[in-house]
Amino acid sequence: MNTMTEQVLTRYPGAGRDKLIPILQEVQEADGYISREAVALIGRHLGVPASKIYGVATFYNQFRFTPKGKYHIMVCRGTACHVKGSADILERIERTLKIKAGETSRDGLFSIEVVACIGACGLAPVICVNGEYHGKLTGEAVEKIVQSYREREAAHGN
Amino acid sequence: MATDTLFTLGAEALKRLRRETVDKPVIFVGAGTCGLGAGAAQTLAAVREWLAVSAVDADIVETGCIGLCAEEPLMDVQLPGRARISFKKVTAEKVTRILDDIFAGAVDTKLALVQFDAGDNKGWDGVPTFAEHPFFRRQTRWVLGNCGVIDPESLEEYCARGGYEALRNTLSWLTPDEAVETVVKSGLRGRGGGGFPTGKKWRFARAEKGELKYLICNADEGDPGAFMDRAVIEGDPYRLLEGMTIAAYAIGAREAYIYIRAEYPLAVKRLERAIARAEKHNLLGERILGSDLSLRMHIKMGAGAFVCGEETALINSIEGKRGMPRPRPPFPAVRGLFGKPTVINNVETFANVPEIFRNGAEHFAAVGTGSSNGTKVFALSGKVNNTGLVEVAMGTTIREIVFDIGGGIEHGARFKAVQIGGPSGGCIPDANLDTKIDYEELKKVGAMMGSGGLVVMDEHTCMVDVAKFFMDFIQRESCGKCIPCREGTRRMLEILQSITRSRKNETGEQALQRFQGIMQLTELAEVIRATSLCGLGQTAPNPVLSTLKWFRNEYDAHVYDRKCPAGVCKELVAYRIVEAQCKGCTLCAKKCPVGAIKGAPRSPHYIIDEKCIRCGACMAACPFKAIETE
Repeated sequence: MNTMTEQVLTRYPGAGRDKLIPILQEVQEADGYISREAVALIGRHLGVPASKIYGVATFYNQFRFTPKGKYHIMVCRGTACHVKGSADILERIERTLKIKAGETSRDGLFSIEVVACIGACGLAPVICVNGEYHGKLTGEAVEKIVQSYREREAAHGN
Repeated sequence: MATDTLFTLGAEALKRLRRETVDKPVIFVGAGTCGLGAGAAQTLAAVREWLAVSAVDADIVETGCIGLCAEEPLMDVQLPGRARISFKKVTAEKVTRILDDIFAGAVDTKLALVQFDAGDNKGWDGVPTFAEHPFFRRQTRWVLGNCGVIDPESLEEYCARGGYEALRNTLSWLTPDEAVETVVKSGLRGRGGGGFPTGKKWRFARAEKGELKYLICNADEGDPGAFMDRAVIEGDPYRLLEGMTIAAYAIGAREAYIYIRAEYPLAVKRLERAIARAEKHNLLGERILGSDLSLRMHIKMGAGAFVCGEETALINSIEGKRGMPRPRPPFPAVRGLFGKPTVINNVETFANVPEIFRNGAEHFAAVGTGSSNGTKVFALSGKVNNTGLVEVAMGTTIREIVFDIGGGIEHGARFKAVQIGGPSGGCIPDANLDTKIDYEELKKVGAMMGSGGLVVMDEHTCMVDVAKFFMDFIQRESCGKCIPCREGTRRMLEILQSITRSRKNETGEQALQRFQGIMQLTELAEVIRATSLCGLGQTAPNPVLSTLKWFRNEYDAHVYDRKCPAGVCKELVAYRIVEAQCKGCTLCAKKCPVGAIKGAPRSPHYIIDEKCIRCGACMAACPFKAIETE
C-alpha cells in the first residue's frame, strides 16, 4: 500500500504545498482511500505536519478514509433529484444493502456515497455505480440494479 | 492540419467541415454525461454493429449534449444530399429499425425530433426544423451554439464555424486596454452568481502593476441543479479556451487555471485533449499565433466543496489549503492567487467572450434588457416535461421558459414554484411567473440569477421540505470559519426539522424549543445574512426566507395543523386502512417492509402506527384503494 503512495510521490519531486490536493487525489485514485500511512508519507514529502494534511483532506467531500467497495454507488442528492424523490432512493439502497451512506458492506462488495450533484439533472433521480450512470430511477429499479451487480459478481465467481 | 492552413481553408473544405455537404453518411450520437446516463454507450455499440452487419461505410461522431436531456439518447443521421436529422430516445434496440428505414429513404416521424437547416440538401417531410420545434424555437443559442452539433474534439470543426476568429482579430487589431473596454461596453456580467460586471473586474486586474498575474476559470459547478458548465466543456471545449485566451491577453496574464469538479471526468478528459491540441497549433503556449501573448493553461481538479465556488475560497483551494473564504478587500483582482492579481470568471462567462469579440460589443449589448445583456443558459430540471439546457435572451420571462420551452409540468400536475439560483437563490411562485430574466428583476422578487439552475416544483412538492433540503446542504457545506454561518445554519435546520417531525413522543422541553425556534426563525435568518463573511453565508437563509414569504400557508399547516399538505414530510403523514374497503387480500401485509400491517386473511387489516415507517408501499400495492393518508 505504501509503495503506491511512494510511487505517486516520486511524480512530484520537490513539490510544495499547492500540490497537496493533487497528490491526495492521486493517492486516493490508486488506493481507493487515504490511509494513515499515506498521510504520514505525504507529510514527510511535503514538509507539512500530518495534522494539516488531515485538516485539508477532511475538509473536502472527495476524500475518504476507509476503503470503498468493489461497486461504489454514488447517490445524487442534488435539488432536481431531491424533488424527484432521491431521499427514498437512498433509503431503499441503504435498506437493500443493509449499510448506511458512507459505509462499505462487510463483504467489501458495495459502498454508498452521497454526492451533492452529479450534473445529470435531466435524468433525475440518478445514481452512478463505478462510472455507470442510471437515471430516472424508481425504488424497484434500484433494487434491480443492485441485484444485477450481485449477479455480475456471482457470474465472475469472484 | 497545420495552424496556418487551419484558417485559410477554401469554401469547399469549410463546407465539408461544417458538414453542409457530406460524402458519406455520418451518424452522430450525443455522448455527454446525460446521454451516457440514458444509455448512449449501448446506442453507440448498436450503431457500430449495424454498420458492420450492413457493410455500410459511415463516419461516427460522438457529440456533446444539444440540451434536450428528456429525449436522450439522441442519434443524428446525415446522408449525402439530405438534411441532418435527429432522432429521440434512441435506445439500442431502436437503432436497427431507424437505420434500416433511413437508409431506405424513409423516416418514422414519431421517432424523429428535429432536422437541421437543409441548405442545399433535401429536407425531410413532416419533421420540424430548429426554427419550428417548440423547445428550440424560442432559444438564442450563442454559448450552446456548437454543443451537440460539432465533434467536440475537433479543432478544425470549431474553426470552420468561426472559432478562433475572435482571438485572431483581438491579437491583430486591439490593444489589451481596448480589449478590456470592449468587454466593458458589451455589458457582460458574471454568469456564476453575483453578476459583477466582467469588464470592470478585468479593468481592475489590468490596472495592477506587476509581471505575474493569474487567470482562473471557475468550473467548480457546485450548485445542485446546474450543469451548463459541464455541457459547454463537454460539447465545445475550444470556446472556453478561446475566451480565456482573450481574457489573458486583456489583463496580461501568463498563467491560467481551470478549476474543475472531479465529478466531471468526461469534461476533464475533453479539456485535457483540447488543451494539448491547442498547444500543438500554437493557440496556447509561447507566442500565441506569432503575437507577444504567451499563456500556460493548467487544470486543477476540485475536491468537492460547495464553498469553493466563492472566489477567495477557490484560491485557497488551488494553493492547497482548506477552501475557506478570505475577507475582502483586498479583492482577488488586487491580491489573489499566490498574492498576485487574479481574475476569476466562470465557464459560461468566458464562453460568452468569443461571441463579443467576433460580432462586436454592440451586437452583444443589443440582446437583453440593458442592465443585463446577452443570453443566459439555464438548466431546466425537476417536474417539467422537457428537462435540459436552454439558452434564452435576457428579458425572457420565466413563464416562457417553463411552459413554452419546458413544455409545462409533467403528468399534467399543477405548477407550484420554480427554484432559481440554487442554495443561495429563492423560489418564484405562480404570481411572479412573468418576472423577466434579469439580475435586478430577480433580486426584486427575492430570488437571484445564481449559476442558472431552474428546478420546477409541482403540487406534490412540499416547500418546507425544500427549505429543509437546502438548509441541510448549506450547513454541511459551510466551511466553519465564521460563526453566524456555521452555527446559524445548523440552528435553522434544526428548527425546520422540528416542525416536520412527528410530535407523538415529544417532551415538554422539546415542544418549548420548537416553539421558540419558530418565533425566532426570521430573526436568525437576518442575523446570518447581515454578519456572515462570504456570499455563501450571506445568502444561506434565502431558501427559507423566500419559501416563508410565498408559501407561509404551508409552514402554517406544518406548525398548527401538524400536516404536510403535499404529503412529503413523512412523519406528519399517517396511513390508515378503510375497513369497509379492505377485502383482506393480505397483499399490503406482504409488501410492508417492517411488518407493521396485521390482520387475518379475508378480514380487514390494520396498521400498527408505531411500527409504520411511512414508506407508502402498502398504498401502492392495494388493489382496492383501501389505504388512505391523513
